[in-house]
Amino acid sequence: MTRINLFLLALLLVCALSLVTSRHQSRRLFVELERAQAAARNYDTEHGQLQLEQSTWGMPARIEKVARDTLRMQLPTSARTEVVGLTPRLEATR
Amino acid sequence: MKKAATRGATLRHTEPAPLVLPRLRSPLVFGMLALVLVGLATRSIYLGWIDNEFLQSQGSARHSRELELPAHRGRIVDRFGEALALSTPVKSLWAFPDKFVAPPEAMAELARILDTTPQKLRARLDANEDFAFLARQIAPEAAARAMALRIRGLHDQNEYRRYYPGGEVTAHIIGFTGDQDAGQEGIELSQQPWLAGVPGSRRVIINRRSEAVEDVAAVKPPQAGRDLALAIDTRLQYLAFRELKAAVELHKAKAGGVVILDVATGEILALANWPTYNPNRRDKVARERMRNRALTDVFEPGSTLKPFTIAAALDAGKVRPDTIIQTAPGTLTIGAHTIHDAHAEGALTVAQVIQKSSNVGAAKIALGLPPETLWTMFSEAGFGTTPKTGFPGEVGGRLRAARTWKPIEQATMSYGHGISVNLVQLARAYTMFATDGEVKQATLFKTEGHVAGRQALRPETARSVRAMLEAATQPGGTAPKAQVVGYRVAGKTGTAHKLEGRGYTNKYISSFVGFAPVSNPRLVVAVMIDEPSAGQYYGGAVAAPVFSNVTGAALRALGVPTDAPVNNVILPPDTVEIREET
Repeated sequence: MTRINLFLLALLLVCALSLVTSRHQSRRLFVELERAQAAARNYDTEHGQLQLEQSTWGMPARIEKVARDTLRMQLPTSARTEVVGLTPRLEATR
Repeated sequence: MKKAATRGATLRHTEPAPLVLPRLRSPLVFGMLALVLVGLATRSIYLGWIDNEFLQSQGSARHSRELELPAHRGRIVDRFGEALALSTPVKSLWAFPDKFVAPPEAMAELARILDTTPQKLRARLDANEDFAFLARQIAPEAAARAMALRIRGLHDQNEYRRYYPGGEVTAHIIGFTGDQDAGQEGIELSQQPWLAGVPGSRRVIINRRSEAVEDVAAVKPPQAGRDLALAIDTRLQYLAFRELKAAVELHKAKAGGVVILDVATGEILALANWPTYNPNRRDKVARERMRNRALTDVFEPGSTLKPFTIAAALDAGKVRPDTIIQTAPGTLTIGAHTIHDAHAEGALTVAQVIQKSSNVGAAKIALGLPPETLWTMFSEAGFGTTPKTGFPGEVGGRLRAARTWKPIEQATMSYGHGISVNLVQLARAYTMFATDGEVKQATLFKTEGHVAGRQALRPETARSVRAMLEAATQPGGTAPKAQVVGYRVAGKTGTAHKLEGRGYTNKYISSFVGFAPVSNPRLVVAVMIDEPSAGQYYGGAVAAPVFSNVTGAALRALGVPTDAPVNNVILPPDTVEIREET
């Protein structure tokens, strides 16, 4: 009888200790998960900002403004456009 | 042993006599203690079972916390996925002014971060004693630096801010959102349920460093808003906007619009309006500038409606393209009213009525038709009903029932007066000439593949009207300036007197609607310029060049193969101008 009781007591102690460990493990992993999720949110934010930046820099209105003002480019008017045929064969069909 | 006994006897001798207590003292004390106990027990039962909310919430506030999981609003993108509206997280800084304590150097640093002066910050704090925003919707990094100053009474909050990279170019289509990220105008308003996100929440246990350590209740996941793809092609939209703006400025016009439709699908590839506004900075913008005129305003279209009259007559078999109509002497009197041609012509074929834009010719053809036939044609073209593009507040214009028409009204309607349409309706109606008689449903949303339309004309009729419209853009027609290098184009001008109050004024609406390339039409382009007032006002002089520039650039941008020799544009000398009115 005493032997069984001692065995059960030992079992109980092992269970109790493993509960404590797993509880600790779970909290630690949870915090880690939290950090990972926070990082994911930050990347998401950054992604949005980069998309916005890309869209803003890439807008035709801005490209044209830079081309005109900074690079001093001009739109060719039809009077200044010369269209050349691609191949003699294509020209012949016209 | 004996010694001890002696000492014991001595002690016994000094023992005091037992106290005699008053008779009621012990029951009294017992009673009072019992009363206190009952009181405490009652209070504890009361707090524990009955009025337990306060303590429970206080308790959980100390170890658990409700976290909101934000859900961002969906993006609006163009047909290639380029963002036209998107939300990014920002922060706002706020304070309780009476709890706000900042040493001068921290205040100066804060002002530097927020790009303002300490005096201005102080003024904001003094303006309201309960609550004050110090900075609204600033970049998260700036807010983090401000919070790192550890100023007492300074708080931050997360918000989303909606940005519109397209700015004034796409403003009218997209619209904008107001407070709480709710759509207020345009697509942002009509697609609110699709775009809006639903924030989620979770309850967690926190440790002493305020880090979440465990979820205590089921997590309610946030539902992010969905992205929305529009039919808009950002390049074409910009081309249309640029040319429209240039034309409105050149002709000192009040307003204007350009619409580009994809013939195969009815998608609105571009829809530009002038005047416009910047949706990113719209604090002091008049409502007037926010109107999407191409969809929410109607106008009397004038001559751009003549092809429909001719198509109705051709379809009914009343005339053929070479039937001769006598338009001399350039006037036609019906009852008390007289119709004029801007330029008197003689005998014209039906094709020439379109090419020269003769009002008398169109009226004579219309009067040879039963009113119902003409009404059916206009109705099939989509006039008088809202275009259902998915835009809020779009209008359908006015098309009165055929049995109420008087002959003079039937005559004026044949050349686009006494009927009102919006620009998108007009562009959509022209798809019947660009295809073999099919009217496509116009839509602002991206559509895949070919979309079947409603057959409104016999294919032969559509083809012969198409040929007439091409002739209108060639020398001898009203719109040689609509021609495009390398492409065959077709279209019709309109120069309508504006209706104000009860009568017509000497202000004009110049328009041009056309399509290209004629051998296999890809785009319908409609241009409308409201009140050009720099001398020129004919559709062929004001709107046709806009059409030419937009169409040429758009076809080249889309890589559409040319269908004409490169020297196809033949402009008559400037002195020869084919005039038209209405």
